[in-house]
Parts: sequence; structure tokens; C-alpha cells
Amino acid sequence: MIDWINNAIAGLSAQEQFALFGLLKILVAVFAIVLPLVAYSVVAERRISAWIQDRVGPNRVGIPFTNVRVWGLGQPLADGVKVLLKEDFTPAHVRTAYFWLAPMVAMVPALLTLAVIPFGSVLGAQPMVMADLNVGILYTFGITSLSVYGIVLAGYASNSKYPLLGGIRASAQMISYEIAMGLSVIPVFLLVGDLNLGQVIAYQAGGAWLVFKQPLAFAIFLIAAFAETNRLPFDMAESESELVGGYHTEYSSMKFALFFLGEYAAMVAVSAMMVVLFFGGWTLPVAGLNQPATSLGVGVLQIAVFLAKVIVLMAVFIWVRWMLPRFRYDQLMQLGWKRLVPLALANIVATAAVLFWQSTKS
Amino acid sequence: MGDVFPQLAAISPDDAHGARYLLLAVMGVVAVGFAVAPLLLSALVAPRKPSEIKQSPFECGLESKGDAWVQFRVQYYLYALAFVIFDVEVVFIYPWAAAFTNLSTGALVAMGVFVLLLAEGLAYLWIKGVLSWK
Repeated sequence: MIDWINNAIAGLSAQEQFALFGLLKILVAVFAIVLPLVAYSVVAERRISAWIQDRVGPNRVGIPFTNVRVWGLGQPLADGVKVLLKEDFTPAHVRTAYFWLAPMVAMVPALLTLAVIPFGSVLGAQPMVMADLNVGILYTFGITSLSVYGIVLAGYASNSKYPLLGGIRASAQMISYEIAMGLSVIPVFLLVGDLNLGQVIAYQAGGAWLVFKQPLAFAIFLIAAFAETNRLPFDMAESESELVGGYHTEYSSMKFALFFLGEYAAMVAVSAMMVVLFFGGWTLPVAGLNQPATSLGVGVLQIAVFLAKVIVLMAVFIWVRWMLPRFRYDQLMQLGWKRLVPLALANIVATAAVLFWQSTKS
Repeated sequence: MGDVFPQLAAISPDDAHGARYLLLAVMGVVAVGFAVAPLLLSALVAPRKPSEIKQSPFECGLESKGDAWVQFRVQYYLYALAFVIFDVEVVFIYPWAAAFTNLSTGALVAMGVFVLLLAEGLAYLWIKGVLSWK
């Protein structure tokens, strides 16, 4: 089998190999890693919320057509089938084209962000990143900005007062926290000296993780991440006790499911970003895991390390949601503009000054 | 994997820098497919029983009147304006940050002035009361 694969690969030119493995990485990462991660984070959310609130949570659905329950792990499958078979009606009063476009626009940016995240070191000569851009972080922020369109379009197209309020609230909130988020990571790149995300990991492999060197930057990034993904305590876009469902009030069936999954995909994306920027990516300072893999086993292990870190951060997202109450809108905007943005600016100046002082001293 | 699959180690990914953007386009197609496919599938298999009540705008018991496209608070718009200014300037800081270790004192001072201008803009907005929600 292995000989057969080697011979098959040897028959291809370098370009063909690049194309083949590029496609393979994209398909495997999207369908074998991101999709299950998103599906099971929904189950995890429900089970953890149940645990926090002293309930049982969904624990019944198991393997289809058997009586095996496996702690409710069949839930995403059942939910998927249910959502697919629900009536998908388009209300009469909406802007139909935008109404259909919005759920897609909500889903796509989250997946696109993942394209530049290095999720492992190497397998063979293949770097474990879908597209290793040298402007990685600029790309990420560019794509993240697009995610606001899905919500604004949904709010506008629905032609109903609750979605409209949710949509404009979300737009002001997301663009405000995007500035705090963009400013907060600049000290990281002052230290690293490269915009490529792979280099950020290489820098951390050589020393302490950046969360220890830049705790303030991480704190600002984390808070902004909650606001960017519209998660409690900043879920102004939905705030179900005031706005019914917020921007997706008029949505049903699969279109609603896309918004829902898009939110979780965005959580995966932002958790992966945090792992890369502040928690050392696929590295672990034990047993030689700081170096790019030289064997197949270590390569797979490093992907597992990366995913484990992402899952821990996702758990934090879920935990916070069920622990904190929602902010008021004025408090949210005050925190963003009057606390986080000045703090982030000060952090940039301070980091630059310290680095400059160190360079003149030596 | 080089130990098991020697042929895999034979190519260097650095050959194909421009092709990485092509992979990005492929990723874009996969992502759009990921969003469009479920909608198409659902449009094929989901039942359809429209009715007048079901298709009316959501409201808590009352009948809604008119469109929802009404004027809203100007403050949302002011935040958007401030965002446009700040976000563009943030992008300018990135290349400076990446090149920082090799830059001269002049570059440091120049960026200090730039960040100061940014802070001044923020202070102006703050004093004008744009940032406090009334």
C-alpha cells in the first residue's frame, strides 16, 4: 500500500503534487476537522449549560437505528436532519435576494479565516496550513470584517423591527470591537517582526508563549473576541429577552441553522487565532514538540495539540456564556471605545518604547 | 512523514508562492459550497405550506404596520464614521510593527506621531461626546 502511494506520488510533477496536497488539506481540514468541531461544540454548549444549571441536557440520541446512546453524541445528526426537513418559508415582506444571501454571508467568512491558520507543523514536506500567506494577519482581519455583513443584511432584508434593531446594534458593536482587536495584536507583531502566522508560532517556540509576554494584549483580544462573535456577555445582536431572536427572528429551517453554525464556526476561527497568536499554536514545550515534526507520528501529535488548545478555548467561550449576564448597550460601547482602544494604543507605545530601549542598550 | 513516504519530502512548498493565493480561491469555493449546498438541499426536500399569517412580520400579538425601514439613531452612524478612520489607520501600523526591529529612530518617532494623531482623534471624539451613548 505504502509502496503503491509512493509510486503514485513519484509520477506527479511538483506542481501536480502541490495542487493535489493543497486540495487534500482543504477538504480534510474543512470536512474532517472544522465540521465535526462545529457540530460537537453545539452539543458541548448544551451539555455544559445543562451541567452549570444542574440539568441533564441532551443525552438520549445515540447511533441511529440502534439503542446505543453514547452520551447523546448522535445529537448533531438528529439536529441536522430535523433542520433539513423543516419548512423553509420566505416571509412575504422581505427583500428576497438579500434574505437568502445573508445566511451564506454569515457562514463563509468564518471558514475563510481558517485558511491561513497553521494547524500543525509538517507532514512530510507538506506544511499544515491551507494557504501560507506572508500577510496572514492582514488577511485574517480583512475577512473577519466581512462577517458583519451577514448580520446587517439579515437585519435589513427581514423588514421587521426586531431584526432591524439587532442588525444595527450588531454592526456598531462589531466594528467598534474590531478596532480594539486590531490594535491589541500589534504588540505581538512588534515582538515577532513578521506578519506570517507561522513565524508567530516559530517565535513562541523559541521562548515563552506570547500570552505571558503580552497579557494585556491577550486580555483585550479575548474581550473583543466575545464581542466579534456576538457571544454573551456581548450578544446585543440577539438579546433574546428584548429582541426575540435579534437579526434571525424571521429566519427558519436551514437558513437559521446557517446563522447558528456560522456563529460556532466563527468561535472556532477566533479560538484558533488566539491559539496561534498567544498560546504557541501547535507547539508544546515538552518532549521536543517545539520543533517541526520529523516523523509522521509527531506531525499528527502536533495537530492534536493544536486542536486540544482550540477546544479548551471553545470551552472557555461556552463557560463564560452561562456565567455572565448581558451588558447594557451603552456599557458595551463605553468599554470598547473608552477602555479597550486607549489601553491597546498605550500597549503599542509601551511595547515599542521598551523594545527600542532594549535595542539601544545592546 | 518523510521516513515512510520519501516522495512527499521531495518537493519544496516554496516553489509555489503565488499558487498559495490560488489555494485561497479554492478555499473560497469550498466555503461558498459549504454555505450554498445545505440551502439547496433544504429547498429540495423541505415541505412548503405558505399561509398569510405565517408570512407576516413577526410581532408579539399585534398586527404590524408599515415597513421596518425607518430612521434610526444617528449615533450608530457616528460609530461607523469613527470606525472607517480608525480601521484604515490600524492597517498602516501593521507593516511598521513587522519591520520594527530593523527601523531607525526616525521611523519610531514618525510612528509615535502617527499613534499620537490617532489618540488625538479618539480624545476629540471623547470630548465631543460621540462615544457616550445618550
